[in-house]
Amino acid sequence: MNRYTILVYTENFIGILNRITIIFTRRGINIDALTASESRLDGIHKITIEVTVTDDQIIQLSKQIEKVVDVIKVYYFMDHEVVYQEIALYKIPIESLDPSLEKVIRQFNAHIIAAEKEFVVLEFTGHKEDTQALLEILKPFNLLEFARSGRVAIAKPKFSITEYLNNQT
Amino acid sequence: MVRGADIVVRSLIAENAEFIFGYPGGAIMPVYDALYDYSDQIKHVLTRHEQGAIHAAQGYARVSGKVGVVLATSGPGATNLITGLADAQIDSTPLVCITGQVAAHLLGSDAFQETDVIGLSMPGTKWNIQVRRVEDIAPAIAKAFHIAKTGRPGPVLVDITKNAQVEFGEFNYEPCFGIRSYRPYVNINPTAIAAAAQLINDAKRPYVLYGQGVILANAEKELKEFLDKSGIPAASTLLGSGALSQDHPSYVGKLGMHGNYAPNLLTNQCDILIAIGMRFDDRVTGDLKRYAKQAQVVHLELDPSEIDKNVKCAVPVLGDCKQSLPLLTDAVNSNTHHEWFEKFRELDKEEKAAVMSYDLESTHGGLHMGEVIQLINQFKDENAILVTDVGQHQMISWRYFNYKESRTQVTSGGLGTMGFALPAALGAQLHDFKRQVICVVGDGGIQMTIQEFGTIMQTKAPVKVVLLNNNYLGMVRQWQQLFFDKRYSFTELENPDFIKIAEAYKLRAVKVTERHELKEAVAQMILHEGPFFLEVVVEKEDNVFPMIATGCSVEEVRLS
Repeated sequence: MNRYTILVYTENFIGILNRITIIFTRRGINIDALTASESRLDGIHKITIEVTVTDDQIIQLSKQIEKVVDVIKVYYFMDHEVVYQEIALYKIPIESLDPSLEKVIRQFNAHIIAAEKEFVVLEFTGHKEDTQALLEILKPFNLLEFARSGRVAIAKPKFSITEYLNNQT
Repeated sequence: MVRGADIVVRSLIAENAEFIFGYPGGAIMPVYDALYDYSDQIKHVLTRHEQGAIHAAQGYARVSGKVGVVLATSGPGATNLITGLADAQIDSTPLVCITGQVAAHLLGSDAFQETDVIGLSMPGTKWNIQVRRVEDIAPAIAKAFHIAKTGRPGPVLVDITKNAQVEFGEFNYEPCFGIRSYRPYVNINPTAIAAAAQLINDAKRPYVLYGQGVILANAEKELKEFLDKSGIPAASTLLGSGALSQDHPSYVGKLGMHGNYAPNLLTNQCDILIAIGMRFDDRVTGDLKRYAKQAQVVHLELDPSEIDKNVKCAVPVLGDCKQSLPLLTDAVNSNTHHEWFEKFRELDKEEKAAVMSYDLESTHGGLHMGEVIQLINQFKDENAILVTDVGQHQMISWRYFNYKESRTQVTSGGLGTMGFALPAALGAQLHDFKRQVICVVGDGGIQMTIQEFGTIMQTKAPVKVVLLNNNYLGMVRQWQQLFFDKRYSFTELENPDFIKIAEAYKLRAVKVTERHELKEAVAQMILHEGPFFLEVVVEKEDNVFPMIATGCSVEEVRLS
């Protein structure tokens, strides 16, 4: 089993995400994380899926996703082939904000992005292992809430969706 | 300006749809109202259940090669299509299904007969879309036809809200010729052709397996030419039957759980396996871990997701086999494989002695299903269409029917849908009243869609329905006998008087219980001009052999 990042470029149509996720559901494969957003191209969405599967499974999954009529192109990568990040937010009561916490914030290069009367919200971006490490450290500071995104990823190998679309036969 | 409902009907006419198989209801009523004005341009067939409508459309599509069109209302009308969608999806049958939907402003409010058809049909369609505005109707239907019939065909569904059907818009139909995200065909890679030809030319015991992909690509002639030159033995999958005439010297039989003995067993003795338009279904391969491990596989296939899905191949030849086969034919040497063919013939003798003599040549005891099919062969036309349901009768009919021409085989292969045959036969017959359409069913399956006798009555479609009645859900009973210690758990049926039912629907009906009556009854049926119902009471506990039991290897195919 390996951790893969699947990049899916799709038309921006209703239901497309459902069409993609049922491919995983049907095969009993759990999606570790999923992020969907507009790509830099008008009308084209980019879905980033993180999944832990075998080599055979990733090939089959990507072919099945690409078979979806409204999917433009699918790529999949191992972790070392992508640059990726996840954003995490941590809500901490204001009374926990002491020098030891400030030291942690500096160490991790985290940011206070909101300061309210009763709490502060820290933002930290990194790999899951990093955001998890900070989470463990912050737990003793009476952490109130935690939220983490799926990964966003950019592939190291060169490819161009624009070029792909222009090569339409 | 015309109503959305008129746009629906005119779009179907613009796509040269000949038939609509459907059933009216609240949310599709505007379209039915519009249909009233176009009865001279498009024919509507009123089935007795939406499942009947979609199976009829499948039967029509399979024999005509055209897109089958289905019309149903929202809610239960749409959910009744689901079995047919799943069936058409797994057997690659082109369909366009149009369902009515509650008005757009009611979506999500649990309105009367509202159901999430898009969500429900998503896994069972190649593509689906909900149309909520009149101006989107024609483009959606154009796209639907394009997707249904191109590439690997499949069912699509267009769900149209009632408001869109009654709003007014311009009708200006533009057929769809391409979608940027959808690439149904690829160029054939010449390197793959060369590599495949090299393997084939060096092979001692090459073996061709062909499937429905050959028929869907209209590549029957190309397959024949490839086999004529290469002289390679060729076996058919269930749905591939008819792609090659069984009279062709290369034809060696049928593959799969209840296929022929030699074609299954020798799969594990070939050195090169050439799979053409087939998908290595588990009913063909048996245990994959022990399937053709000695062979290098060449796979001619249109759908990239089929490559390496079940069987890893040495040389994938991706693309339409109508294009790849002629290239391969050019690249391979003329050859004959006499010794290799001889192996098939030797094993054929074993199958004949162990199975066929019992199935076909018994002179006493109960009638066997095979005897009926053999008599049908005697009287049928070369291009007669055989439509079967699912179960023992299906396997026996397939084994013994003499396939001479393409598109003469209509059955539910991948999904195994009981109740498929009667409506599918109706659809196949409506495509051409002059073709013989013989529908063979079991006493279980016929009762799942027996209401379609009504549609046969109303359309006067001259379908010949042959009921092989063993008073059991025979295939399940066979498994219970072989694998569950004869514990016949809920497989014996108390059946109605089928003759009375058929006669109530004004079908000519004959029942045969004795061997000496059979020949005359079959002849009478085939010669009869209108619809005909023949019930043959057969041996209760016959089994279908050869058989590859679940989990067994193809070489463990058993004769008893």
